[in-house]
This record gives sequence, C-alpha cells and structure tokens, in this order.
Amino acid sequence: MDTLTAPSLALDALVQPDRARTTLYTDPALFEAEMKKVFENTWVWVAHASEIPRPGDFKTAQVGLQPVIVVRDRKGVVHVHVNRCRHRAATVCEVSKGKTSSFVCPYHGWSYALDGSLRGVPYEKGYDGDLDKSQYPLLSLRVEEYNGLIFATFRRDLMPLSDFLGGARKWIDLFMKQGGGFPIRTQGEHRFRFPGNWKIQLENTTDAYHFPLVHKSFLTAADSETEESWDIMNKGGYVEDLGNGHSVMVMMPELVDLEENLDAPIPEKFKALAAELAEEHDEMTVRRIVRAVGGVGFNLNLFPNLGCSAAFFRVLQPIAVDDTEVRHVALGMEGGPAAANRERLRIHEFFQGPMGFGSPDDAEVWDRVQHGAQGGRDLWVLLNRGLSHEEVREDGHRRSDVSAETGMRAAYAQWKRLMEA
Amino acid sequence: MDTNMPAIAIDLDEAMRFVWLEADLLDHACYAEWLALWTPGGRYVVPIEPGAEDFENTLNYAYDDHAMRVKRAERLTSGQSVSASPVARTVRLLSRFRLLSAGVEGCELRCAQLLTEYRRGRERMYTADLTFRLVRGADGLRIDRKVIRLINATDALRGIGYIL
Repeated sequence: MDTLTAPSLALDALVQPDRARTTLYTDPALFEAEMKKVFENTWVWVAHASEIPRPGDFKTAQVGLQPVIVVRDRKGVVHVHVNRCRHRAATVCEVSKGKTSSFVCPYHGWSYALDGSLRGVPYEKGYDGDLDKSQYPLLSLRVEEYNGLIFATFRRDLMPLSDFLGGARKWIDLFMKQGGGFPIRTQGEHRFRFPGNWKIQLENTTDAYHFPLVHKSFLTAADSETEESWDIMNKGGYVEDLGNGHSVMVMMPELVDLEENLDAPIPEKFKALAAELAEEHDEMTVRRIVRAVGGVGFNLNLFPNLGCSAAFFRVLQPIAVDDTEVRHVALGMEGGPAAANRERLRIHEFFQGPMGFGSPDDAEVWDRVQHGAQGGRDLWVLLNRGLSHEEVREDGHRRSDVSAETGMRAAYAQWKRLMEA
Repeated sequence: MDTNMPAIAIDLDEAMRFVWLEADLLDHACYAEWLALWTPGGRYVVPIEPGAEDFENTLNYAYDDHAMRVKRAERLTSGQSVSASPVARTVRLLSRFRLLSAGVEGCELRCAQLLTEYRRGRERMYTADLTFRLVRGADGLRIDRKVIRLINATDALRGIGYIL
C-alpha cells in the first residue's frame, strides 16, 4: 500500500500512542513527505527578535528545506521571504546575517526591497512593458511573534501563533525570566551536524533518562553543586504534554520560576560573580542576576524545531533523512553586566557545541541510533516509559515523571496529525 | 626571567621545534606532558567568528584555562565519554610557519595545521590557522596562548572529541 495515498491507515502502522516504527528514522519517502506535511503546515521558529533588532537587519534560516530570509523592514515589521529570485530561482542572499537595504539577485540583478517587493529589473525594455513588477515579489510567509520568538508559516489559514503555542506560552514566559531583569538577547551559536534523523534529536530534548548515562563525563567534570543540581532523576521533576506536540521537562523544580526564592543562599559556584556584581549593583539586582545566570531548570520542546533548553535555544534543521544540523544559540542579558554574560558564555561552552563536554556525547548516541535503525526495520521504537503512571491534569495536559517519554509521545502524536492531514 | 639567560631573541627554528613537540604530544595522547607545556595563565582558544579577538566576551568552541584543559584531558582518558571511547586517532601536520613578532622573552608564531581524524570508519579533515603566543620560562618555551581558527568555524561542525 502506498503510504501517501492511504495515509491514516498507513500512519497507524507507523505511529501508535506508545511506539513509532523504526523507519521513521530511515525512510527517505517519509522524510520527503514530512518536510512538506509537517514543516510547511505548522508554525516554524525562524529567529529571536534580538537577532534582527534594527531596520535592515536580517538572517537566513530554513523552513523545512526551503531557504528563507528573516528581515526587519524600515518600519520595524519582520518579514520572512523565501530566498529565491522570482526570475530564475537563484538565492538573493547567501550571507547568514547582516544589515542591508535591499536584496539583489546576483544572476540578472533583480532587486527586492526589504518587504519583498520587486523594485528593479535591469534592462527592463526587453520585456516590452509587460512585466508587472507588482506580481513578482519574493514569496513571503506569514509571520507572528510571541515574547521575542519569531515564527513563520506558509499557511494563511493556520491558527494564530498564540493558539498554536497554547499551553507552552506560560513556559516561554518563565524561560525568558533568565534575563534576570534584562531582556534576553542571543550571543552567538554553536552549529553542529550529526548523521541521523531530526526526530532523534527532537526526542532528546525531553529525555531525562539518558542524562546520567550519556553525560557522565560532563557530570564528572562539573563542580559538585552543578553535579548535584543535574541529579535530575531524583529531584521530583516531571514531563508534561502541553498540546500541539509541545512538551516541557522540568528537571530542577527549584529553578522553574527564577523570580522566586531570591533570598536563597548564593551557590558557591556563583560567589565570585556575585562579589563582582556587588561592586556596581544593589543586593536585589545581584540576587536576580545570579539566580538567572545558569538558566531555568526545564527544557521546553516546541514542535517541530525549537527547544528552549535550560539556558539556550536548540534549533533543529533537517538536511536529509539521515543528516541533521543542530544549533545551540547562547543567550545573554541585553544591557546586563558583562561579567554575567561572560559567565553564561562559559556555561554554554562547557556543555554545548562540537567541542563541549555534553553535545558530542549526545551526537554520538544519536549517530548510533541511526546506525542501529538500519537493522530491525519492522521493530518499534519504544516510547512507553512512564505511560502507566501518566496522569491527566485539570487542564487536560498529560503528566508523568521526569524520565517519562511523555514529551516524545506528544511530538509523535502531532507528527501523525500533520502527516494525516 | 633568569638573569643568567643569554639575551637572544626566540628564532623561527626554536619556535617551530616547540610547536612540533606540542603537535606530537597531542597526536600520541601524552596529555600530562602536554599540560606541562603551558603557562599557568595560558589560554587554549577555538573561536567561532573569523575576526574574533575579544575571546573572553565572545562565544567560542573552547576557551580553556588550566582547569578546563585538565578536564578536557581527563575526559579523553576516563572512558566515561561515549564520543571519546575510543578517542579519535589524529595526525596533524604543521607548516607555513611565520614569526609575527619575536623577542627574548616571547614570540608570536603563526602556522597552518592540517589535521586528519579517524574514528569508527570515518575519516575527516580539519584545517586551521594556528597562532601561538610563546614565552620563555626558566626551562624553555611555554604556551601562553594558542588560538585555533578552523577555516570552516562558522559552518556546522561534527563532534570534535579530541584536542585540536
């Protein structure tokens, strides 16, 4: 049976509430289908507002496999354009970030304003006056923003971003408190690739189960306070399905709301920072910054491509069925003390990136998953951990213990809904 | 500085021989000897942005002081890291040496590094510009700063589970 002509029946054979078929990692036809059915039919994260703060600022990104430009126009409105000239399809921008007043195709010089409108066509006489430039703007996506997170979608009729985020909005707001009283800004990113399917990484963002095992070398290298705070299997955390494929994994319940417990003792590891900050800031400001400097105690997984993970954004970019790029975007305090932002950079470098003490070990096991998935293709990938004691909350959200695979079940249910549509 | 030391500027030959020693120690996993090559305040830096100079206030791939270098070396030998078990085998070639500055007490040396890694059936190459700040101690040269600028640093890299 053709998986694409009899979708729901075929999809039942691929995804069950507590399991997914191994071929979800390996089937090129499924990958091709999900790049359209999933990524072109939902809200996809493309930027944080601080990446393009001023008119003319832009960055390039992708929605599924489609290259896009995220740009702030002269009036401050953010646009997301498909990075493709309307003439003969060349990209109009190959710079990852910058500032510009227009986008000019290098092939025949067609030029576009920041809002995507076609402004100039060289040697226009050759069209004998019948080229209506108003008909050939850059293809633009719908754009909406929530608390600095900018999302885009190809769908004009999709629910508003606010509704799509739904139960995740509260957690986004909590996540952004790690500015410690200052707005959040990005401060660099680590990009790395692993030879595996994008959903393997998607699962990992709410996978506490692997942490004490895969990240043993990180825990050994960390100071004793950090090691204790990452003892997440034993801290009463939980995973909650937030709807629409989103989920949150609370690893450190004491670090959910960074504006609470400001009178708690300052951890030994941040005492030097606190002393430095105290030279120029009052005690309450110091306490707010120090409490926020290590990030929040939870990972928020926003389906399909953004993780708000502890102290950074994790961005997923599928490349091929067995090739994925991951970006770990470092966050800082806009206008905050340089010492605090330095501390955040060092924390990020310690775990993240191709030379971090955490990410390479994650990448290694994801690589192993992709390799192992070449065997036993008819077998199921098990997603049933924590299902038997999962509870349904008053708001309808399902919740189970911190190491439950509740978040993965949520993501695959949303994947299935989109693939069926 | 030892007052008995002859006031001769560090020359290219001395600097080259020293960084070849460093390269050899890393390729042969002699981490204790490698750690001893550094000044106490020395920094091992792998930047991301090509023009970065203010490493302290910028996100890097690595910005290691002595304590972090020790942890990095321990990670390669502890057996706890799945990406470093086994550690990738590496061979690095250093060439195109140039002294950017040289004095009696220290010098700045720039060179090219071609490194090939092999692990689990995959062979990869990382190419970098290296800049060393070397200082003369009582018992020879020491590394005060090593900056590794990978030519593809702004691209998406694969895991690098060893010391560049």
